[in-house]
Amino acid sequence: MSDAAQSDAAQSDAAAVDTVELAGKTPGEHQPYEELGLRPDEYERIHTVLGRRPTAAELAMYSVMWSEHCSYKSSKVHLLQFAGTRTDRLLAGIGANAGVVDVGAGLAVTFKVESHNHPSFVEPYQGAATGVGGIVRDILAMGARPLAVLDPLRFGAADAPDTRRVLSGVVAGIGGYGNCLGLPNIGGEVVFDPSYAGNPLVNALCVGALPADRLQQAAATGPGNLVVLVGAKTGRDGIGGVSVLASATFDTGGGWAGSMAGGPAKRPSVQVGDPFTEKVLIECCLELFARDLVVGVQDLGGAGLTCAISETAAAGRAGMRVSLERVPLREASMEPPEVLVSESQERMLLIVAPPAVDEVLAVCRRWGALATVIGDVTDSGRLVVTWHGETVVDVPPASLADEGPVYERPIRRPADLDALAAAGPGSLPRPATGIELRETLVRMAASPNLCDRSWVTEQYDRYVRGDVVLAWPENAGVLRIDEDTECGVALSVDGNGRYCRLDPYTGTQLALAEACRNVAVTGAVPLAVTNCLNFGSPEDPEVMWQFAEACRGLADGCRELGLPVTGGNVSFYNSTGAVAIHPTPVVGVLGLFDDVTRRTPLGFSEEGDTILLLGVTRDEFGGSEWAWVTHGHLGGRPPQVDLRAERLLAEVLVAGSRDGMVDAAHDLSDGGLAQALVEACLRGGAGARIVLPAGADPFVALFSESAGRAVVAVPRSEELRFTEMCDARGLPMTRIGVVDGDSLDVQDAFSISLAELEQAWNATLPRLFGGGPV
Amino acid sequence: MSARIGVVTFPGSLDDVDAHRAVRIAGAEPVALWHGDHDLRGVDAVILPGGFSYGDHLRAGAIARFSPVMREVVDAARRGLPVLGICNGFQVLCEAHLLPGALTRNAGLHFVCRDMWLRVETVRTAWTSGYEPGQEILVPVKHGEGRYVAAAGTLAELEAEERVVFRYARGNPNGSFHDIAGVCDASRRVVGLMPHPEHAVDGLTGPSVDGVALFLSVLTAHV
Repeated sequence: MSDAAQSDAAQSDAAAVDTVELAGKTPGEHQPYEELGLRPDEYERIHTVLGRRPTAAELAMYSVMWSEHCSYKSSKVHLLQFAGTRTDRLLAGIGANAGVVDVGAGLAVTFKVESHNHPSFVEPYQGAATGVGGIVRDILAMGARPLAVLDPLRFGAADAPDTRRVLSGVVAGIGGYGNCLGLPNIGGEVVFDPSYAGNPLVNALCVGALPADRLQQAAATGPGNLVVLVGAKTGRDGIGGVSVLASATFDTGGGWAGSMAGGPAKRPSVQVGDPFTEKVLIECCLELFARDLVVGVQDLGGAGLTCAISETAAAGRAGMRVSLERVPLREASMEPPEVLVSESQERMLLIVAPPAVDEVLAVCRRWGALATVIGDVTDSGRLVVTWHGETVVDVPPASLADEGPVYERPIRRPADLDALAAAGPGSLPRPATGIELRETLVRMAASPNLCDRSWVTEQYDRYVRGDVVLAWPENAGVLRIDEDTECGVALSVDGNGRYCRLDPYTGTQLALAEACRNVAVTGAVPLAVTNCLNFGSPEDPEVMWQFAEACRGLADGCRELGLPVTGGNVSFYNSTGAVAIHPTPVVGVLGLFDDVTRRTPLGFSEEGDTILLLGVTRDEFGGSEWAWVTHGHLGGRPPQVDLRAERLLAEVLVAGSRDGMVDAAHDLSDGGLAQALVEACLRGGAGARIVLPAGADPFVALFSESAGRAVVAVPRSEELRFTEMCDARGLPMTRIGVVDGDSLDVQDAFSISLAELEQAWNATLPRLFGGGPV
Repeated sequence: MSARIGVVTFPGSLDDVDAHRAVRIAGAEPVALWHGDHDLRGVDAVILPGGFSYGDHLRAGAIARFSPVMREVVDAARRGLPVLGICNGFQVLCEAHLLPGALTRNAGLHFVCRDMWLRVETVRTAWTSGYEPGQEILVPVKHGEGRYVAAAGTLAELEAEERVVFRYARGNPNGSFHDIAGVCDASRRVVGLMPHPEHAVDGLTGPSVDGVALFLSVLTAHV
């Protein structure tokens, strides 16, 4: 093609484009704002901001930035409560890409959890894979090397027909992406409940570490500085992901895919991942940070380039000019709105001072990462986007990034809650004889929510980088973050939708308490909190009440425990038709070790160790695994929560670990003491002889889910010292047995060999989901 | 002066940091080698680490084989330089025809990460002289394409010449022929294996420290 012909072609393309000038001249032009997820009043508001109708490109940008997913418009008023939970260790908190905590010795740790629920239902492999990719870029954008991931997963009933499709794809996607990225997968959850059948929850947490003085800013500052796009080319994948997929229930059609691709299918709204490109991008960015070559950095995730340029421009309180035609495209026919909102993966935006740009481009070339200067920082206060010289966007950046709509949605306590609370588990038939208790224990251990997770975890690399000290099924994932000082961190993610269905305030605090307990059981001091709040539609007042209660519970809980909420993510619209999921706030807790070599493992391994039960056991079966597995029952009240007792328990566990008094420890949660003993015995390969406390109802002692409890295995030589410490601190403690033999014996009730237990525990997931690894 | 062991980093290499650490723990000096360089920097041995070189696009190890540094590695190996390929490195060595056979998709079709018992079948290699013959060691595997396959004639030759270096001793995780986990070339200085001895060098982070002897062996092999 001759130069003249090329220029003609460019002009004819440009002529078809909706420009700012054209928008001024054609105020009455019909625009498909409702298909893009905007309400009439929101569309009106754009007119007010701009003083004219938006161009097609601007409309696309507002539709994604003002989507629920990006703007937090329904959740913002509730999330404000978390602002009261700060500490002086916090280097970056809510609003940043991820929370950053100072862990001393010049090191900082950053962590965050996010959801990728909707894409993972539509296309499980790519949905889950790109969920990992997205959270990893958030951590990278803080200047940190991503170190590990954890994945809390929730699916429909284990034997439901669609569960196999979703679970197999999700697990393969997480493994396929994370393994290829070289990130160990160190923890998570796998939960089955019919409430997630049409709305699986695929959450992903990433943790990273950085020198504290290398924290990066997501701001475009310094007029004259250049805007550089690094990484993959931009394609037509993930168009409207945040607005169409993540901000609507599954029963509404149309949207981006409908209006732009000409069909109702949502699959084009799911992004497609390439972990190799992301691995190269990580190494490339880390080298740029280490050489201090960038002024600002932002990842491209939900809402793609639109989000990155508007947020950095708004944060820099400057302006920005972007020549959109410079963005490298996979498909030449893409139009400005598509380029702006594409959620193509593996891209980062850098702000670079002009003298450094050659060096930046050279580093990118060395790593084989595509890098393109696409614009510059200005002092205009406007975000201006041109396409072959024509202005297609001219807006105040904060109107996109910070000044979206905020709704105080109506809330209403669910009408069925009192009836649900009244229908408690008290009337359910309970096992009484030794044979019945034994049968219950085996049935529970083999149940989908309590059985062995190896089918899942063996598909994830847990060794890469050589710093993983503990990985699931341990209580928490534990990482060494400094080989010289042996400083380390522990991470746990926990949630319980059934508890939250019964009482979202208490249920959320129970999730917080469990995550703290899991971290403390390994010996780490709980330090900071992140969260992923998975709920139904915010337009349903009953869902909104659940959400408000969960936020209040988490904020109150964190204040009481002295832990900051460092950030998080809200996923609404997890409903199919009018049916919402159980309210499922997932809480992630980060804990700190001065000396990670002191960590406490889960498994009983030292014969002769004394087994102690810490905490108080009550008759608490509302929302319990026992009620669900044996009776399909959900009702009553969740276990009570006592955060002061949790804090005391954590202090004792940390002290016991630090002073070498504990060989093994396991928190008590789903399935109660029985399940904790099953897991500790099978994990360590040693049996236990248990004598339940005199006068205790064996069923309650074994299966109650009272919070604030743990079992510890203490060497005989340390028993006195440990029990005296418990007494001195006022922590209730009961001696319940010894580590011994190759069976789990409960005196006067039953005995069961570890071989039989293991068979029951191991067989369930392979039976449900196929042979798995040979 | 301590021995200098090169560790190649391809784009997509993942366990290079672990290989560096293993070399350090063995008392040698790790030397970073870059895939794009025609230069082995005078090292005494080379490790090709695990990972997904070049994204394993096309086929695991297929592109890495053509990288500039691999031309140097192949030449040096033919002159007797000890070379160890771990996981993806093993795949690269097979693609480069320094080792016979090929690694195909696991029989179970899933990626599998599991601690495995291996039997050291021969100590007459540059990388296994520090073990006892028949010693069983606990080392992790983690791969999706680790099923060792070779023609019947090749297998017979490997067995006859005692060039099967490691065999899965208690269960085969991927369907490898003859339970083969690792093999060596005719010179016995080039060894490839799917399991990861570099993840078994530190009791805090690995299932054992059984992997250390591999990295120690090559030091005596060279001296």
